[in-house]
Amino acid sequence: MEYGLDLEYSFNEFLKGFGLSSEIAHIIWLPLPMLLVLVAAVVGVLVTVWLERKISAAAQQRIGPEYAGALGVLQPIADGLKLLVKEDIIPAKADGILFTAGPILVLVPVILSWLIVPFGQNLLISNVGIGIFLWISLSSIQPIGLLMSGYASNNKYSLLGGLRAAAQSISYEIPLALSVLAIVLMTNSLSTVDIVNQQSGAGILSWNIWRQPVGFIVFWICALAECERLPFDLPEAEEELVAGYQTEYAGMKFALFYLGSYINLILSALLVSILYLGGWGFPIPVELIAKFLNLPINAPFIQVFTASIGIVMTVLKAYLLVFIAILLRWTTPRVRIDQLLDLGWKFLLPISLANLLITAGLKLAFPQFFGG
Amino acid sequence: MSIAITSQFICFTVLSLVVIIGALGVVLLESIVYSAFLLGGVFMSVAGLYLLLNASFVAAAQVLVYVGAVNVLIIFAIMLVNKKEDLKPINDIKSRRVISTSICLTLLSLLIRVDLTNVWSLSSPQNSIGEESTIRIGEHLFSDYLLPFEVASVLLLMAMIGAIVLARRDVMSKDISTGLPVDQELIEKSSEPLLTNKN
Repeated sequence: MEYGLDLEYSFNEFLKGFGLSSEIAHIIWLPLPMLLVLVAAVVGVLVTVWLERKISAAAQQRIGPEYAGALGVLQPIADGLKLLVKEDIIPAKADGILFTAGPILVLVPVILSWLIVPFGQNLLISNVGIGIFLWISLSSIQPIGLLMSGYASNNKYSLLGGLRAAAQSISYEIPLALSVLAIVLMTNSLSTVDIVNQQSGAGILSWNIWRQPVGFIVFWICALAECERLPFDLPEAEEELVAGYQTEYAGMKFALFYLGSYINLILSALLVSILYLGGWGFPIPVELIAKFLNLPINAPFIQVFTASIGIVMTVLKAYLLVFIAILLRWTTPRVRIDQLLDLGWKFLLPISLANLLITAGLKLAFPQFFGG
Repeated sequence: MSIAITSQFICFTVLSLVVIIGALGVVLLESIVYSAFLLGGVFMSVAGLYLLLNASFVAAAQVLVYVGAVNVLIIFAIMLVNKKEDLKPINDIKSRRVISTSICLTLLSLLIRVDLTNVWSLSSPQNSIGEESTIRIGEHLFSDYLLPFEVASVLLLMAMIGAIVLARRDVMSKDISTGLPVDQELIEKSSEPLLTNKN
């Protein structure tokens, strides 16, 4: 099933036209998608911050940012610039090295996980075989960064916040991984591209959300908990812990936490849309439309058209989920720590285990619907 | 030397240096918190070495299990226990050091012997299975390595029951470690106060 735009191939051919060897062309190519994804992630964060401000304002019947650009679209850039030029403070009795390393350890795994997010058949940085498993293992590094910054701040609120964050992300990782496992079982592959292709048969009808409704809900709850979004923002519960592990941070180091949490939110939304909502797939298969209009599917302009539809669909689905997450933030109260752990261990874990078992049984019983 | 081989060599050098220096730091540093974080760095670099060997599944599993679970648990335990205790000087420290050094040297010589006697070179580079390794690992786990796999699950079950017994002291009439009758009213109350010397 190798079709679609192969930008890398055409770029390399283009450079070879200038008489460069294929190795040098490859080296010139390598940083481009990485830069593109970094820029995409940062722009995504800016848009999400603006959306969060505007939607929360609407939820509270306020206007929200108004003056910085039309409808306040430049507000997140102003926020970012403010954080960039702020003084970088390390508290007197804090542990300097760990204090600096903490935010980096929180941000880097999140950005690395963008490696596996596909926006189209060939529109991802690397179609690694372990795909979605890479994301699960990378997201398990984050608690170390949180514990590190909580410990290094030399502040009881920071330490408590760090411990809470680590406990939370450990306990919600297990149901998260189990619900991903059910999808992998149906796909017979860990690769995100294969997961999307497996859902592309009949448009919206073949999306995994219809076959995995329980898994979808469990995954979404766990993803919110992993991102420390309300109702699960206990690690930084401002009424109890000031700001949790971020209390002592200022300037760019705080901005790293801020960026990390928003990139993580967008990443989770993207992964939900890839795992359950058909990824880059249009609700009606593009192949069907092309056949209906009697257009050849391999023609260049159709290829460009399908690729752009793929990107638009992925981003649209992801931002729909981000919108739901923001609405949830302003409409639900925070859970207590014991309720949080009860929900994770006594409710989500058994349910996701049962979901995995039932998926395995259904796969054996109806191999044509649940992946043979 | 092609670019791929050069970059592989650089990666290997950096990762091995991090593993060796990090491991030395884990053993030699005074601060236990630094040791714990360095241990995480060592685990990460070992995962990087697996990646260089084309074993991406093993690398990801290494990160998930060792960094995400084992190391986080170690750090968690260090941060939850705030018992300050002055360690008693040990009388026969010299003989202990001699014994531990000899044991370590024996282990090292064993490893060196394994390194020298084993044939490391693959017959051809095509022998590495790369991305297919996930499927192969699964096949092996459920055929010829089924018994160790199941025995490991029994081991984990035992550890879990042990943890529950230790955590739920209210179900036992006597404390396991001290043998004193347990205060049935407060589960959270430990058998000995953690913060004895408040300063």
